[in-house]
Formats: sequence, C-alpha cells, structure tokens
Amino acid sequence: MDPEPKKGDDSPSNSCNSHGPLHPQSPFPDEVLEKVLSFVDSHKDRSSISLVRKDWYNAERWTRSKLFIGNCYAVSPEIVARRFRRIKSVTLKGKPRFSDFNLVPLDWGANVYPWLVMFAKVYPFLEELRLKRMTITDEGLELLAKSFPRFKALSLSSCDGFTENGLKAIASHCRNLTEINIQDSITEDVGGGWLSCFPENFSSLEILNFSILNGDVNFNDLERLVSRCKLLRVLKVNESITLDELQRLLVHGPRLTELGTGSFPQELTPRQYEDIETAFCNCRNLQVLSCLWEATSVYLPLLYGACASLTFLNLSVAPLQSGEFAKFLAHCPNLRCLWVIDTVEDKGLEAVGLSCPLLEELRVYPADPDDRDHRDGVTELGFLAVSRGCPKLHYVLYFCRRMTNAAVVTIVQNCPNFTHFRLCIMTPRQPDYLTNEPMDEAFGAVVKTCTKIKRLSVSGLLTDQTFEYIGQYAKDLETLSVAFAGSSDWGMQCIMEGCPKLRKLEIRDCPFGDAALLSGREKYERIRSLWMSACRVTMKGCKLLARESPRLNVEVIREEGGNEDQALKVYLYRSVAGPRKDAPPFVLTL
Amino acid sequence: MGDYSREDEGCPQLFDLIPKWATKRGEERSHGISEERKLELRLGPPGGEWTVKESNTAACGERERDRLLSLGYFPASPCPQNTILKPPSPWQQHHLHPSYLHLQHGQGQVAVSKESPQPCSNRAAAEQTAAEKKAFSAANTAVNNTAQKRTAPASVVGWPPIRSFRKNIASKPASDSTDVAPSKVSNSVENGSRTPFVKINMDGIPIGRKIDLKVYHSYEKLSYAVDELFRGLIAAQKKSCDGGITGEGGGGEMIGGLLDGSGEYTLVYEDHEGDRMLVGDVPWHMFVSTVKRLRVLKSSKLPTLSHGCKQGKLSVNIKE
Repeated sequence: MDPEPKKGDDSPSNSCNSHGPLHPQSPFPDEVLEKVLSFVDSHKDRSSISLVRKDWYNAERWTRSKLFIGNCYAVSPEIVARRFRRIKSVTLKGKPRFSDFNLVPLDWGANVYPWLVMFAKVYPFLEELRLKRMTITDEGLELLAKSFPRFKALSLSSCDGFTENGLKAIASHCRNLTEINIQDSITEDVGGGWLSCFPENFSSLEILNFSILNGDVNFNDLERLVSRCKLLRVLKVNESITLDELQRLLVHGPRLTELGTGSFPQELTPRQYEDIETAFCNCRNLQVLSCLWEATSVYLPLLYGACASLTFLNLSVAPLQSGEFAKFLAHCPNLRCLWVIDTVEDKGLEAVGLSCPLLEELRVYPADPDDRDHRDGVTELGFLAVSRGCPKLHYVLYFCRRMTNAAVVTIVQNCPNFTHFRLCIMTPRQPDYLTNEPMDEAFGAVVKTCTKIKRLSVSGLLTDQTFEYIGQYAKDLETLSVAFAGSSDWGMQCIMEGCPKLRKLEIRDCPFGDAALLSGREKYERIRSLWMSACRVTMKGCKLLARESPRLNVEVIREEGGNEDQALKVYLYRSVAGPRKDAPPFVLTL
Repeated sequence: MGDYSREDEGCPQLFDLIPKWATKRGEERSHGISEERKLELRLGPPGGEWTVKESNTAACGERERDRLLSLGYFPASPCPQNTILKPPSPWQQHHLHPSYLHLQHGQGQVAVSKESPQPCSNRAAAEQTAAEKKAFSAANTAVNNTAQKRTAPASVVGWPPIRSFRKNIASKPASDSTDVAPSKVSNSVENGSRTPFVKINMDGIPIGRKIDLKVYHSYEKLSYAVDELFRGLIAAQKKSCDGGITGEGGGGEMIGGLLDGSGEYTLVYEDHEGDRMLVGDVPWHMFVSTVKRLRVLKSSKLPTLSHGCKQGKLSVNIKE
C-alpha cells in the first residue's frame, strides 16, 4: 500500500484561492514548499512554520513525519489524527515529573492505549514510539506489535504498566525491530523470557537496553541474538548477566558504541580475569559505558581497556570510593559526561577536576538520600574543584548536604556557561552553612552570571529575593523546580511576571497561595504545565482560575484526609482537548 | 539499623492533624524563620528511638501539635509505652502528606532581613578571593559545625528528588580499602565482607526492596520484617485500585503464614545455583550464606509445597 495518502479537499493546491487581495499568491509551488519542509526536523521549527500562513500550515502538516507531544493531555488522538496524515515517529510524554518521586498516585492516567488505537487506524506505517512517564500495558504492547508492520523502535523511559508478556509480543511480532530501549521504568517483576522470543532469523536489532529490568534472561539466547545482529551498537544488559557472560558477548565488542555491564561476580579465576580484560580491550569504539551495582575495586581495572574513547561514563548506580574512582578516571581522558554517586566524595571530584578537562555534564547522586548513615558525601569543595578544572561544564545535577553562597559564586565564575543548574541541598531550608544566611545570593549569582540558563532547580533556605533575581535575570529560563523555598506570594509572582520563556514550573512545599497562583493567569496558556503541591493554594483559588481560563485544565489531586478547602496537589496545563475523559476519581478537574 | 518496629502506618486521624497544623503554622509565619525557632523539635539520631512525648489521642490539642513537630507521622491512637517510630519510607506515598516539619539547624541564628541587592554586587568582586579562602580555611571548623547541626534524617515523600531505583543502592562499608592490590586469585573477596543486602520482591508489587539479612537472626524475625516491608505497599496498591479515597486508612492486613504455607503468600528464596527453595528448611546461618534473592509469592501460584532440602526445590517458572 502506498504510504502517501491521497490529498483531499483541504489539500494545499486549493488554498491559494482563499487568499484575500492583500496576500499575493505564494511564490512557491506547493511541491517545492513541501520538499523544502521535508528537511525541517525540529518540531519547534515546524510549529513556527505552521503559523506563517494557511498554505504553509497545510504544507507543514502534510510533510511532518515526527510527532512530539510534550503533554499527552494537551491534545487528543482525534485532533492529532485530523491534522497529520503521515506520521512515522511519535514521542509522547505523560505524567508530571514529580511522579518519578512518588508524588503522583498510581493510576493517575497517561495510558497510551487510546493513542495506539488511533495510530493503528491512521498511521499504519508507524516506525517509532518513544514514551516518557506513560503507562503502557501488555495490551498496549500487543496492539503495538501487531498493528505496525514497519515498526522499528520502542523507547520507554520512566514508564510502567507492562510485564514480560507485552515484551514477548514485541519480540515475536516486530520483524524489523531496531531498538528496544527501556530506561528508568518501574515494572512488575518482569521475567527475562521475552528475550528468547525473537525469531531465529531476526537480526535487525541495533539498540538493546534492558538494564533496568530485573528478570533473568537466558544467556544462550542473548548470545545468539547478539551474534546474529551484526548492526548492534548499543548493548545494556541487566543484573542477571555476569561479567564472564558479558565477556562472551564482547567478542562482538568492536561494533559497540554503548555498553552497560551486568553484575560483577564475587570470584573470578585468573583465566577468567584475563579473558575479560582482553574482551574489554576489544571494545575500541566505546563512547558510553554504564556500570551496575557493586563494581568492586578489584574488577574496575578490567574496564580500563574500554575507556580510551569514552565520552559518557555512568556510574550512577555503582558506588565507588575516591581512590579507585580516581584511578579509573585516569583512563578516561575524553569524558564529556559523568554520572557518579557521592561515595567518591570531594576527593573523587578533585580527581574529576584534574582528569576531565573536556567535561560538560556532571551528575552526583547521593548514596544515602534519607541520611540514615550520616555520611558526608560531597560538599561545596568538590563542586568547586570540578568547576576549576572543567571550564566547559554546562550541565550539573548535584546532591549535597552543605553549600555556601560564596562557593556557588565562584563556581559560576569558573563556569559561566551553565544551561542546566540543578543543585539539591538535601536538608530542606538549609542555609549557607558558614554564614547561616539564606542561599539567595548563590542562585542570584547563577542567574546573573549564566545568561544562557535554561533549567534551574533551587534548594536550601531561600527567601523571595531568590525569585526576584530569577525573574529579573533568567530571561531564557524554561524549566524551574522549587521546593521548600520562598517567603510569600511575591516570590512566585516574580517568576510568573519575569521569565518570558518559562515552560515548566514545579513547586512543592512553598508558602505560595491563591494570590500567587492567580498572578500567573495570563501566563498559563503559554507554558506547558504547572505543578504545585503542599503550598497554600485553596480550592477557591483553583476554581477561580479554572473559570477564567477555558483552555486550561486545572486539576486537583485529592488524597486521604486533608481539609476540603485546600488544594494540596494542583496540576494545571494548557489543552485544546478539554478536560480529561479518563481522570480517576481522585483527580478533580475544575 | 534495621531494628525499628513500627506502629500501624497511616492511621486515618493523622491526616486531619497534619494539614491543619501546616495551614495554621503557615498563617503564623511572617518571615517564617524566627517563628520556627520556637517550635523546633530536636529529634534523636537515627538508630535511636523517637519517643512520642505524650499520648496522642485524636483530640490532640493545638499546643501539643505545635510541640510535636515530628516528621512523617505518628499514630493518632494512644500508643503503648516506648512507641518506636520508624522514619517513613519514601515508598509509602499514600500514607504521608507532603506537609511536614522542615528541619532547622540546631545552632546559629538565621539572618532573616532581606538583603538589599546593591551591596551584593559591589561586594561580590572583592569578596571572591576572600570567600574562597574562607571556604577552605573554615572547612575544619565547618565540619564540626555541620556535625552538630545535623539533625535527624528527614523522610519526606519525594524528597530528596531521587528515583526509586536509586534509593536502594547499598553503599559500600567505609572500611573498604582502596589500596587492595587487584589480586587475580579468587579468594581475595570474602563473602562476609561484601554487603549482605539481598533483594526481595513481592508478587503484585512493582518495586522490590533490599534487606540486610544480618539484622535478623531468625526466620521469625525475617518473616515479621517482610510483613512490615510490604504490608503498607499492598494496602496502598489496593487503595489506589479503589481510586484512593474509599475505605479506611491503609493499615493493611498482616501478611502471615509466610513460612508454613498457610498464608496467602509464601516466602521463597533463590540460592547461588539459581534454584528456588522454600524459606525455613535449613539452619539460619546456612540460609544466610546461600541465599541470593528472596521472593514473596502468592501461595496459590506455587506447586505442592514440599519441605526438605534440595529435594523440595521449586523448579517452576512462576510467571506465565
């Protein structure tokens, strides 16, 4: 069947006549316009193009093949189906980001099934589906597997709802599959049997990432799969694969650009040790390496041979001590992106500053987020050390238990190019530990010095001053996360009135009430979404806002107990689809 | 570390208390900081007991609520003496309200006055090098300060903002030497010195846990711990299926009969050879040294429950 849909009555060639006398006919024949547009990939650019004039709008919709929907409830499957006719790739995002941290109840929604039903009808040539924070059931996966003969790539990030059976359907039916990429997802205890369901003649896989799944996979089937998929370049296995098993897979090492190791065994014979060492040396083209739990110091040297061309090292689930970590780093001179756990401590970060001059992104996760062990983790000193040695740093996620304003001021002077600055001082409302002052000046320095800042997460003791700074200086800010901060409604008002490019705002446990909420009434249709939880917003305020803004969905999540008048969890977002039809009983749309 | 016992989680009356209190406090607050100083409650170190000072009937007075600014929750019904509270785990999203007490540092006054913006920019340049020096030279004293200022752990839902799967990573014991010469001989890594956490998953619960077997010295204690671990999660799961509003507060039913096949669930484990065995057959210390993984399975899904050593092993793929 010809994938080109027949153009109907609303085809571009008819639209020229609808221009009024002020609009000359388009200088471009439609075919030329469409051809040009076929090179435009970015959905933001395409959005702009579609707003120019009607024939451009139509040309754009005929030629768009990649769909990006940042909030699945902002639009409906029907609306999408009417506008776009030939979609090959879909990216859909669902739940609010705070659902990653258990703030959103189960069964909140974002089930992809209705979308799949529509896609099956209208986009039979769908090739890619990328979901983030959505629920996809086995039913959905089965529908996916059976409805799209050209389906190639499945990527699930922070998703839930599926079991092994859904994956079995994908493996069995998708003959042209090139990608299975499952990240950060919560699943039922998914068994590993799905991996054995690929047909014997199946060989198209290029990306295989199942590291987050905890089912035991049949190693022999995996080995056969890897050896017949000659194009496989990304392989990230799960814990059920041991190091010596991985070694056998690494016979195909030279092809791999990304590798995720399995678990490290307790014992290796000298022979095994040598074999594994050789196998890793075989991985000459590795750019990305991630390690799973318990990569003990004894075995880290095995990996050295694979690190020469490494640009991204992910140790975020492999706690290391500073000494072994520093030794490891010495073998990774080309690192641009590094994720570690704070067990490496400030000393480890000093080593980063010394060994990684090209570093652009650093994430330091806490080993002990609930502070049960009273370990120090990293401090402002580690961050300072990195900033001194890594001037190209522009993305940081840093969890720590103490910080000072002075340190942050220095850090952003060393690295003025921050685009993403996510600092989490783990004890809520903690002041500068040296001066006992609020951390206002730290974030003030960030927004004043880093003019390109796009994403900011603030923490520590913060008054409204921080938000004054942000509103005044952070003109490119798109995403802001605020927790346990601010002194009054004025803080949030500064944000709503000040940041013209704001798209996503998430707030928890701040003293912002109805006045703050309503101060943004003009703004909310220009942002994707706002989350406010444990603030001082009331049902009255939410209802007022909802009444004034018909194109906003104002949802309140009701939980046990709680005062009837309070709106303890508010999620509002712009939508052309009207109120959700699938809202569970605990979600009230006002 | 794992020695907490626990009251029923999430008694319904609790939810009435916390939000009102939070609202009330919010209204009281001007700049917020100095008010909170008075209301601060110092909590004991982790591992110690958090004692509830007075009996917590549902008719707790305002004053008392203000005093008992504890994290998470406390049972609303009268407690037996020596109530021990475990810091609520981040899993229990249905039992905790986001409103709670923030932690304050024990010593030191917090400067509340708003800083005027100008002095900052003028001072900044001059202060940079000074600041950096201060940061380094003060580090030693600061460490002591920090140690003193560190209050009890905060267990708030969704804070710090870490994904669930990152929370269960067992950190290595501090005594691990980083200078161990990488010996290629197999017995360089002792079983005993490795972290003794084993994963445990329960049928129907998407998120598994890790537990430290060394803490439980008997099967009975293990069974009790498993009940505690999962009881709340099961109740939460059921509640969410109901839409989250109906029914009683989620204390949950006890998960019993784990070891003898009499309950709805049965505890099994996987040993180092990957075989599945019923828990309880071998002496405890033998069990601890061979167990690799635990599972809590629905009893109905198991074949005939047989006891005894390897002869009774379950070679069944429980999943369809």
